[in-house]
Amino acid sequence: MGSSFTQWVENLGLMFSEAKWSSLFQHFDLVWKGLGYTIVAALAGLVLALVLGIVFGVLSASRNRVAQAVARIYVEFFQNTPLMLQVVFLGFGLPIIWPQFNVVPVLMVGIIGVGIYHGAYISEAVRAGIQSISKGQLEASLSQGMSYVQAMRYVVIPQALTVVLPPLTNQAVNLIKNTSVLLYIGAAELMYVSKSIQATYYNPGPVYLVAMGLYFCLCFPLAFLARKLEERAEASAGSGQA
Amino acid sequence: MIELIKVNKHFGSNHVLKDIDLQVPTGQKLVIIGPSGSGKSTLIRCMNMLEKPSSGRVIIDGVELTAHKAPVAQVRQSVAMVFQQFNLYPHKTVLENLTLAPVVVQGVAKEAAEESGRAFLERVGLSDKADAYPAQLSGGQQQRVAIARALNMHPKVLLFDEPTSALDPEMIQEVLDVIIGLAAEGITMVVVTHEMGFAREAADRVIFIDEGLILEDGTPQHFFEDAQHERTKLFLSKILR
Repeated sequence: MGSSFTQWVENLGLMFSEAKWSSLFQHFDLVWKGLGYTIVAALAGLVLALVLGIVFGVLSASRNRVAQAVARIYVEFFQNTPLMLQVVFLGFGLPIIWPQFNVVPVLMVGIIGVGIYHGAYISEAVRAGIQSISKGQLEASLSQGMSYVQAMRYVVIPQALTVVLPPLTNQAVNLIKNTSVLLYIGAAELMYVSKSIQATYYNPGPVYLVAMGLYFCLCFPLAFLARKLEERAEASAGSGQA
Repeated sequence: MIELIKVNKHFGSNHVLKDIDLQVPTGQKLVIIGPSGSGKSTLIRCMNMLEKPSSGRVIIDGVELTAHKAPVAQVRQSVAMVFQQFNLYPHKTVLENLTLAPVVVQGVAKEAAEESGRAFLERVGLSDKADAYPAQLSGGQQQRVAIARALNMHPKVLLFDEPTSALDPEMIQEVLDVIIGLAAEGITMVVVTHEMGFAREAADRVIFIDEGLILEDGTPQHFFEDAQHERTKLFLSKILR
């Protein structure tokens, strides 16, 4: 027992030796660059996911059967297949079928991948948000001569937003973490950079610990915000009238 | 003028309205009475197409709403509705509730909509609540705001779908008083209600509907004193006690 513990500490010491840290710090500019790519991929991916999520969320909450079916297929397909496979298909499969797609930069391919994937989840959150607003709100708007789109824009969606914001923020957190799959198509984001540094200098301990810390710094404030929003949404739901 | 011609409505196998023929001349105050499940709410909701009739025609001032590609949204601007559950916009202040549709639908200037909105709020006795949110108001106050919201569209027809049924008893009268005040004007009004006193006082005409059929159609006096059908007499004996 005692000796295995000593061994454990010794191994840890080797893993995080000064030499291993210094080889990381010598190439820290790569890490910053990777982090930058991760942030760009996350932001652009989030914009795409929001656009797709709102469009398909409104479609699946509509009364049009065809629109519902289209949204359903989108959501079910992308929620029930692995993100990694989707991204790998976009990166390696699609360019074979459709060679013109080869000119799309690999970071963009990754953005499309995570955007479409998280758009499916956001679409479900948007649908649930819209459906949580009482039918009377839509009816009141329509009875005043608003079109369906005007009713959504001025009455239903602004109210749905308080319901949708917490799950939306959670999706943003997941999206940031999931940009790490871009590693598989060779986009030089944080995960890819980490992997290549440790492959060259045999220092996975410091490299992955730092990567983990950076992902945490990106995600934790958002997760914290999500919790606050959730508390606020619950409080306002409690004070609302019947 | 509101015209319903052979209007039928089915909900699945449930035949809710049966060949309804009804004409409401301009300026008339029509009260629709009937037991719950009789089809009276469905009937009034057909008048602004919140329910689409399964068959038959709905015509408002010569415009057939049941026609293909009818300008339903446009006609609704002049056919305002007040709902049982108020359906105020909870994320907007009282004044914003009154100005939203006039501004975005009718293209009225914001200042003009606010000015007329404040005037209607004063009329329903709530000018001090312009900046409050609906959740801060009592049920009776909310319903009066809903009436002011309807009026701020400057409608030709006002539809009331059980406007006092969701209210606590002590708040019913304040809402009825507002509606009675409106009835003194030239506007066409259709009111679905269980308030018999209101029907007596404000209606020009009362129809009684049961199981999707209009059983009585006449003056309030005819309805309360000279009802023809056994079904109506039974209903009245229960409700008038």
